[in-house]
Amino acid sequence: MVMRFLKKTYVFLIFAFLYAPILVLIIFSFNESKSRGNWGGFTLKWYMELFKDKQIMSALYYTLLIAVLSSVIATVIGLIASLGIFNLKKVPQTIVLNVNYIPILNPDIVTGISLMVLYIFMNMRLGFLTLLLSHITFNIPYVILSILPKLKQMNKHLYEAAMDLGATPIEAFFKVILPEIMPGVITGFLLAFTLSLDDFVISFFTTGSGVSNLSIVIYGMARRGISPKINALSTLMFVSVLMLLIIVNLRMTKDPERREKSEASKESGRYVADTGHDI
Amino acid sequence: MKKQWLATPYVIWMVIFIVVPMVLVLFFSLVDQTGEGYRLTADNFRRFVDPIYINVLLRSVVLAVISTVICLLAGYPLAMILASKEYSRKRILYMLIVLPMWMNFLLRTYAWMTLLERKGVINSILALLNLPQVDILYTNQAVILGMVYNFLPFMILPIYSVLSKIDPNIIEAAQDLGGNNFIVFKRVIFPLSLPGVVSGITMVFMPAVTTFVISKLLGGGQFILIGNLIEQQFLSSNEWGFGSALSVIMMLLILLSMGVMSRYEQEDGGGALW
Repeated sequence: MVMRFLKKTYVFLIFAFLYAPILVLIIFSFNESKSRGNWGGFTLKWYMELFKDKQIMSALYYTLLIAVLSSVIATVIGLIASLGIFNLKKVPQTIVLNVNYIPILNPDIVTGISLMVLYIFMNMRLGFLTLLLSHITFNIPYVILSILPKLKQMNKHLYEAAMDLGATPIEAFFKVILPEIMPGVITGFLLAFTLSLDDFVISFFTTGSGVSNLSIVIYGMARRGISPKINALSTLMFVSVLMLLIIVNLRMTKDPERREKSEASKESGRYVADTGHDI
Repeated sequence: MKKQWLATPYVIWMVIFIVVPMVLVLFFSLVDQTGEGYRLTADNFRRFVDPIYINVLLRSVVLAVISTVICLLAGYPLAMILASKEYSRKRILYMLIVLPMWMNFLLRTYAWMTLLERKGVINSILALLNLPQVDILYTNQAVILGMVYNFLPFMILPIYSVLSKIDPNIIEAAQDLGGNNFIVFKRVIFPLSLPGVVSGITMVFMPAVTTFVISKLLGGGQFILIGNLIEQQFLSSNEWGFGSALSVIMMLLILLSMGVMSRYEQEDGGGALW
């Protein structure tokens, strides 16, 4: 009994620690006073003004655009590359996979700086293109690492069977292989999307000419004080993610068949945890 | 199916965007750019051997180690509680651990400034309760707090995932054989959870030792870590050579710690490439 109470208290304390800043952010998005820490009464005005703020809206636009483009392109390149890597002989495969690990293992600051050095060395103007290329570069490894295990699990003879039954290689790929490895492709895509959405360090070093994502705008504001409009925006984003998770969760608990899939998604929790590299 | 050529586009991509940038950083760390051409030199590395910079490196490592230890001590029990079957709501709790990561980490770190300020939220609450004030913003403690806050989930999740896969029969067997709770933990549960602990430690220590954002926000600029030093070389003082040398040193540090950690990692198939 005592043990149970202690456990509950402990869980509560840890979650209080994890959620205190989030609570503060949400509460201060309704704060009339502009300065942080001063409570000036309840207001919704920041939610209105948010959509009129050109800087924030442009940052939101670039964040989403880069996240969508980089995750889609990375998924396509990563998928094609996975098929090739899977069929490589042992030695070249090990080499490719090891190089593929570099962006994952390297500290983000080193990845960011080395890419910046590359762009400047090639006389490329830092901006949208360099930002996009960087995001694709750090996304592909995660896509490959999500797809390769699925390829390994797949029955080797599926492809040959499809061909024997008269499918063209393209048909065999789209109708047989792709459905088999789809969970890995989706995990990779989602991972890439999240990583891109949340990246600060690499973006910070590889962008320029007025192209900023939300993280960069927030970093720029942090010194003089972050506008409550940003709080309002992140409250909106947080609430949408929360809703999405609740919906997914409800659907899974209703439908027992999906339970098994949720076990698989737990596996991807380890990948999700990898997001931490961008701090 | 022999479709090895499908790897070619990505191999080219890797060479351009992964290998060449690394080589460039290594190149700039080893040359001097005075005058017309480049001259091979070790000056950039020699410059690092200065008490000021060594202290920066030491401080980064010490703060990261302290944060990692705190994360382990705080995270392990939580992972155990989550993994124990008596806890019915673990799915929801698991999600609640992942959820904060969906909010921009800069913003969450910034929120700690609001909480920790001299007249901030925490001190207001403490004042209401007539308790002594805490004034740790812009100190090492605040930086450690920021690191623990940001990286704690990366410690909890891998440990949880290993613990929840342990066969309950093994634990029962240990209990049947007369082990009390402490012995069962020490001799059975903990050794089995080591792979999770190792990846947790890696996932906390790596980002902690290389961060420049947390120290800049919560450390208030006076507590420079190696990450801040690198950022300065490239963005304010424009000394690419020294910055590149620092980056190389940082990579070596990471490789070294990965090497040390991998000795403790069990051969578990999969990503045992490094």
